[in-house]
Amino acid sequence: MNNKTPLIHITRRMDIGRPRAYAYRAAAIILAFIVCGIVTMVLTGENPLDVYSAMFTGAFGSSRKIWALLQNLAILLCVGLALAPAFRMRFWNLGGDGQVLAGCIAAAACMMFLSGALPNVLLIIVTLIAAVCAGALWGFIPAFFKAKWGTNETLFTLMMNYVAAQLASFFITSWSKDGSAKIGIINQNTQIGWFPEIGNKYMMFVIVAVILAVLMFIYMKYTKHGYEISVVGESERTARYIGIKVRKVIIRTMLISGAICGLTGFFLVSAKDHTLTTTMVGGRGFTAVIVAWLAKFNPFTMILTAFLIVFLSQGCNQITTALELNSSFGDIITGIILFFIIGSEFFINYRIHFRKSSKKEAA
Amino acid sequence: MKKFLSIVLALVMVLSLAACGGSEDGSSAAADTTAADSQADTEAPSESAATSDFKAGFICLHDEQSTYDLNFINAAKEACENLGVAYVIKTGIDESEQCLAAAEELVEDEGCTYIFADSFGHEPYIMQAAQEYPDVQFVHATGTHAHNAGIANFHNAFAAIYEGRYLAGVAAGLKLNEMIAAGTITADQAKVGYVGAYNYAEVMSGYTSWFLGVRSQCPTATMEVSYTSSWYDEAAEYETAKALISGGCVLISQHADSMGAPRACEENNVPNVSYNGSTVSVGPNTFIISSRINWVPFFEYSITATMNGEAFDADWTGTIATGSVEVTEVNEAAAAEGTQAKLDEVKAAFEAGTLHVFDTKTFTVGGSELTSYLADVDDDGTFTGETEVVSDGYFHESEYRSAPYFNLLIDGITELGN
Repeated sequence: MNNKTPLIHITRRMDIGRPRAYAYRAAAIILAFIVCGIVTMVLTGENPLDVYSAMFTGAFGSSRKIWALLQNLAILLCVGLALAPAFRMRFWNLGGDGQVLAGCIAAAACMMFLSGALPNVLLIIVTLIAAVCAGALWGFIPAFFKAKWGTNETLFTLMMNYVAAQLASFFITSWSKDGSAKIGIINQNTQIGWFPEIGNKYMMFVIVAVILAVLMFIYMKYTKHGYEISVVGESERTARYIGIKVRKVIIRTMLISGAICGLTGFFLVSAKDHTLTTTMVGGRGFTAVIVAWLAKFNPFTMILTAFLIVFLSQGCNQITTALELNSSFGDIITGIILFFIIGSEFFINYRIHFRKSSKKEAA
Repeated sequence: MKKFLSIVLALVMVLSLAACGGSEDGSSAAADTTAADSQADTEAPSESAATSDFKAGFICLHDEQSTYDLNFINAAKEACENLGVAYVIKTGIDESEQCLAAAEELVEDEGCTYIFADSFGHEPYIMQAAQEYPDVQFVHATGTHAHNAGIANFHNAFAAIYEGRYLAGVAAGLKLNEMIAAGTITADQAKVGYVGAYNYAEVMSGYTSWFLGVRSQCPTATMEVSYTSSWYDEAAEYETAKALISGGCVLISQHADSMGAPRACEENNVPNVSYNGSTVSVGPNTFIISSRINWVPFFEYSITATMNGEAFDADWTGTIATGSVEVTEVNEAAAAEGTQAKLDEVKAAFEAGTLHVFDTKTFTVGGSELTSYLADVDDDGTFTGETEVVSDGYFHESEYRSAPYFNLLIDGITELGN
């Protein structure tokens, strides 16, 4: 009997229960760790338990590490929160890196060239405004083109990253006085334009991120803007039908997205790094996409997904130092774990049917 | 809310898993530091000697793929093993706040009391860390501030590597002469190419001393320099070397840290002179020689002093005499005949003090001899020179400060930009 059913076919499932969904996720994580263990043993000959425990110490080994973890989590969360409204609107903002870097450039410029010209408090405020505007501009440009001429925002935002990186590289070279193309610590001795420390040097970002998360939650869930964003995301036609000005929503949302990225850039330069380098954003604009998607754009769930990513990266960093492995090994481990986690989402949303044996089918 | 709760549960499961992994291994956090220790110790043959809990920490810009960092990593391991001390090496640390974070981690979490950082741009962060932890000794290679910063636990170190460069240049000059004698090139075509990272003193001093070595043997030699604006960019270094070769350069050297330039030379059968260590593995037929700083003597000196609680130089310059300035073995497959004998002769002249690399009679700047030059030795941020460095007929490089300050463009060298 000629069977037309393919060997494997996939259907979307709508009705998976929550407990079951989380059982899948837990299973994925356990599987991921087992696979990591095997890979570690095969590739390096290290005891996988050493690897896991190094990961754990890397993240929680000391109070300094816990603070660093919280700070990194907060930075990533800020970028994720910035991207969430754009993605909820189905606007593929892959330009987080560039938007944050644009904010960094503006902030560094203010700190370098306005120090002394303004009182310190005013300088910090000007720096903040400049960084937010620069980030917003970097978000506005692709949004404007998308709204006006329907350009592809994925490519546009991606290219804006390169523009920002090259601009940063250009400014660093021209602002560096000794030809080494390094800016060093801005105002190292005077600390002009440095955002004052609250508690310790890590705390500031945590506070910022918590405030942003709450505000973003309210904005997306309880405001008219938030509603418009989700309608545009579901269906532009529906949005137009019920009288939402889609172009306006796109531009407005990207201005907000870019502005929050710029704000993150401000805190990176003024509160944390006090310098400008081309690598200071460190790909967070892309990592934050995973954070936002895995959390289905819920700001509070994003705390957990961001935590998972930061835990992995800090843990893997420790693996390479403690076990004297090449830093690429940490990336392999992170890759495997993320692969399984993202893979579990597939199994939660889709069901795979295998073709039953033809006898059974005939019967 | 249910979803939120479930994710919390999922994460708790991850964590408990990780925790289990830890506790099975011993007692999680504490067990791990010992694991790290024993890892370092197993590499040290004299484990019994590592009785004290002294630990050295090293911060490297890149990893072993970079010839520059590899030179430090090998020396760090060798010195620590010789002294029987534990060590931790952190690689891939940017010249950014990451460097300060790495220093904090090494001090607070790893318990290191000696920290070394290897890249020029690490300096401001190491100075910052030195002020944060006055009980820990911080050393920074190629830096310019320790000699007058007045921070007791902050040190710079470098070596009179211009002498090593000159030696490598002599080997290159002999090769040019051989090519001229063989009729491969005419004397006027003796143009060499140089792939540099950035145009500041460390690189300029390096290529000038190398070129003076070349010209000491081959008087018609000229040089073109091209910058990559990166310390490690294999593709850019490869392309830059290739561009120099197609521009008529018949021999290439480089001061950028990947295998890009040596590879381009091997593929085009152009002789190559390296820095930081032998690249003969990539260029078996074209690699002639390499100059390098041997950091072992300095590491042993400074780590021993730190262990004994003794003060050591704020600004240390290694020399041929201290064993810090070296050239690798000559690769007979590529070098001209008689290279080793000539190198021994020149090296003896350096040791006797009769030969100076930057002898003002051997070069001109803007057509005239250099009789006076105020170098920016104090590096106070004004970028104006204040120290007279030309006297007794030569430019005194690395004497007033370990980090190079020769940043003149001499006649015969053309910068192509980047």
